[in-house]
Amino acid sequence: MSSRIIGIDLGTTNSLVAYVDEATGLPRVIPDADGRPLLPSVVAFTPDGIVVGEPARRQLARRPADTVYSVKRLMGRGFEDVKDEARYLPFRILAGEGLVRLAVGGREVTPPEVSAVVLKALKERAERHFGESVEKAVVTVPAYFNDAQRQATKDAGRIAGLDVVRIVNEPTAASLAYGLHRLSEGVVAVYDLGGGTFDVSILRVKDGVFEVLATNGDTHLGGDDFDRVLALWLLEDIAARHHTELDRDCVDLARDPEAMQELRLAAEAAKIRLSSEERTTLTLPFAGFTYRREMTRADLERLVEPLVGRTLGPCRRALADAGLSAADIDEVVLVGGSTRVPLVRRRVQELFGKTPHSQLNPDEVVALGAAVQAHILAGGITNMLLLDVTPLSLGIESLGGIVNVLIPRNTTIPTSAREMFTTSADGQTLVDLHVLQGERELAKDCRSLGRFELRIDPMPAGMPKIEVTFLIDANGILQVQAKEQRSDKAASIEVKPTYGLNEAEVGRMIEDSFTYAEADVETRMLIEARNEADTVLVHAGRALKQGAHLVDVAERAAIETAVAALRAARSGDDRDRIHEATTAVNRATEHLAEVLMDAALKGALGSRRATEILGER
Amino acid sequence: MFGLPRKLVVDSAELQRRFYALAREHHPDFHQAAPAEERARIEATSALVNAAYRTLRDPIARVEYLVRLEEGRETKEGDIDKPKAPPALLQEMFEIQEALAEARSEAAKGALDETTRATLAEQRESLRARLKDEETRLAGPLSARWDSAAPAERPAILAAFKEALATRAYLRTVSADLTETLGGDTEAFGRAIEGRHGSAEAPRTRGGMGGHIGAPHQ
Ligand SMILES: Nc1ncnc2c1ncn2[C@@H]1O[C@H](COP(=O)(O)OP(=O)(O)OP(=O)(O)O)[C@@H](O)[C@H]1O
Ligand SMILES: [Mg+2]
Repeated sequence: MSSRIIGIDLGTTNSLVAYVDEATGLPRVIPDADGRPLLPSVVAFTPDGIVVGEPARRQLARRPADTVYSVKRLMGRGFEDVKDEARYLPFRILAGEGLVRLAVGGREVTPPEVSAVVLKALKERAERHFGESVEKAVVTVPAYFNDAQRQATKDAGRIAGLDVVRIVNEPTAASLAYGLHRLSEGVVAVYDLGGGTFDVSILRVKDGVFEVLATNGDTHLGGDDFDRVLALWLLEDIAARHHTELDRDCVDLARDPEAMQELRLAAEAAKIRLSSEERTTLTLPFAGFTYRREMTRADLERLVEPLVGRTLGPCRRALADAGLSAADIDEVVLVGGSTRVPLVRRRVQELFGKTPHSQLNPDEVVALGAAVQAHILAGGITNMLLLDVTPLSLGIESLGGIVNVLIPRNTTIPTSAREMFTTSADGQTLVDLHVLQGERELAKDCRSLGRFELRIDPMPAGMPKIEVTFLIDANGILQVQAKEQRSDKAASIEVKPTYGLNEAEVGRMIEDSFTYAEADVETRMLIEARNEADTVLVHAGRALKQGAHLVDVAERAAIETAVAALRAARSGDDRDRIHEATTAVNRATEHLAEVLMDAALKGALGSRRATEILGER
Repeated sequence: MFGLPRKLVVDSAELQRRFYALAREHHPDFHQAAPAEERARIEATSALVNAAYRTLRDPIARVEYLVRLEEGRETKEGDIDKPKAPPALLQEMFEIQEALAEARSEAAKGALDETTRATLAEQRESLRARLKDEETRLAGPLSARWDSAAPAERPAILAAFKEALATRAYLRTVSADLTETLGGDTEAFGRAIEGRHGSAEAPRTRGGMGGHIGAPHQ
């Protein structure tokens, strides 16, 4: 069946693919070969090819400059928008006009190309599952994504060889997944805090219709930000406690991308532990010392409180736009991994005065909803209908730089607006429309979507009557048509997206995606073997540095020999040889590991320290 | 379109039910397999249904739409009457605006002093209350009167509509200006209630129909 449509949640941190099982009528996530449902949205550009998902994530700290994560935060954006954030990203972002470009793995790529790698991996996962090719997908985006960000997501699909038949908003998708069984009729608030974005949507569910009343959010707020404040706080603490060692070794951690990545990953892990535990121990081995500290949930809450607070304003605005108060909300649904943070739950509960729903796995619910929408589009479900809204007002720049709003925010889509235009000079053949999105009064404060140039026959000033139709389709994407009424001729429109790709660029990227193919299975396994070797080498190096005095000369020599052999094997292409050498190093350091473990325990250090120095075995 | 009588007072539950039915019938979701042209037509219809519902579900937007319809019938294109508010109101609004301008230049120098702040906040509260009254009157008694009026009485009610709409627009604009100057806690609600994207626009944001842009090129 070639009309199959899959549902994809293209997340900041994790992505998933799902479909509706014909037999049960229920949506299901498709796991990878190892049974893992989530595909980390991480793409590494290695000399051997492109690696995506878990193996890419595992080399984040080792190849920070060539491993791209959280690229969703860069979609549909310009350099100016992201330059503050870029300071914290270990890969290079090039300064320039138009959409963001990254310099990774010795070439330039755009965010849609990076996302395309993730989409392609999910497409292939689905194809393996069904044993046939899959060409169509519903892809979700944050509800508060603007036109450029949506368009960028569609472009990513095309580059990946997928026809994105519908862009669906993540919170709305989640409500569809819940709506199948768990929601009764009424007014629902969906609070979605993921890795990179925050959305809130208020819906009315009635007679199988899911009508979105209002949406609000922040496309730059999520778990990534929690990790960042925590990592910066740790950085200060490390500097304060270990300045002696740092000065001695002339190390500036903030300028060491590898150390910063380790710190970020450790911060995230601690954050996640603190969702279920009251306190946790952080242990970070650095070259010359080991940093260790206890942290409580209260410490974390103090740090992230302002970030959690930033989600409440959008919730209130969405309520006000829907013409409702918190008491009118019948049910609250939590979506996104960051809603596992107890403080987030508390704040949401306080705001709406209801215990939120979280029966469905918050990581999976968006993908499940995308699958439901895909099934609706494929004709498999006829009693459910989603009526979504456009999150931001759409307007055009008029005289004096004022925005003339044509379609207000929270208008049900599809929707259209018509405006008449004329010329101001005799013989004018070009009319320039500047289309904007946003809630501010001045054009310069709104998001520029693009410029549309209407070409018409020359006439005296004021004579032409050009009717321009702005249509926001069911994807929330703008389409513009124009007609000169006197001649009844369709005026030609040239679109110049401010932060987008044009046709030719997308075409070239589709070709590129074949040239720079994803590493094949053999190469991928080789890369994995090398990654593992690198990890073992790092751990062995640290163990030697910290514990060399604890073992005799012969043992030390044996370890050094094994390490040298692994180094040699790693530089070759023989996967089996790398595996063997890796195992040999592991075996050679076994005793040293025990000794260090003992020392650590005697020194009243947590056992975690030793395992982290030596690696999990 | 919704098969309901053409009245200003509408049964909103019934309207919603019919909207859902129409939305289903014309939504692009259910016509994915249709040829491209057909799909474009359905998309346009769907947009129309959505826009109609948006206008009809809101009692104030209904009145505004009616006024436009009636005006369009009576007047020639181009000379649509600008809504006029009562002169007393204009005078009052003008005074508040002046006080506001003064407060703003004060604020530019340093912080707004507490008494001015309190006065402005009080004024805003009173404006909001009046705004609410005006809306209730428009949606309630005035709308009901129109529905039962004989044709001869209609011009008078229409004039009352226009005055009420203009009054409402001024109240909204000025109270939004107050919010802007006062800033702070009311931001979240203020924007939604008084923002320029409500169902009606304040007189200063839009004059007649259509924009007039397009600078000479080349
Ligand atoms: N138990 C937990 N406690 C706290 N945070 C968690 C927990 N589990 C996951 N997270 C955080 O949730 C985020 C990922 O959530 P999710 O997978 O929903 O995001 P995403 O869909 O990739 O992002 P987005 O929806 O913003 O594009 C990460 O920041 C992760 O650290
Ligand atoms: Mg998500």
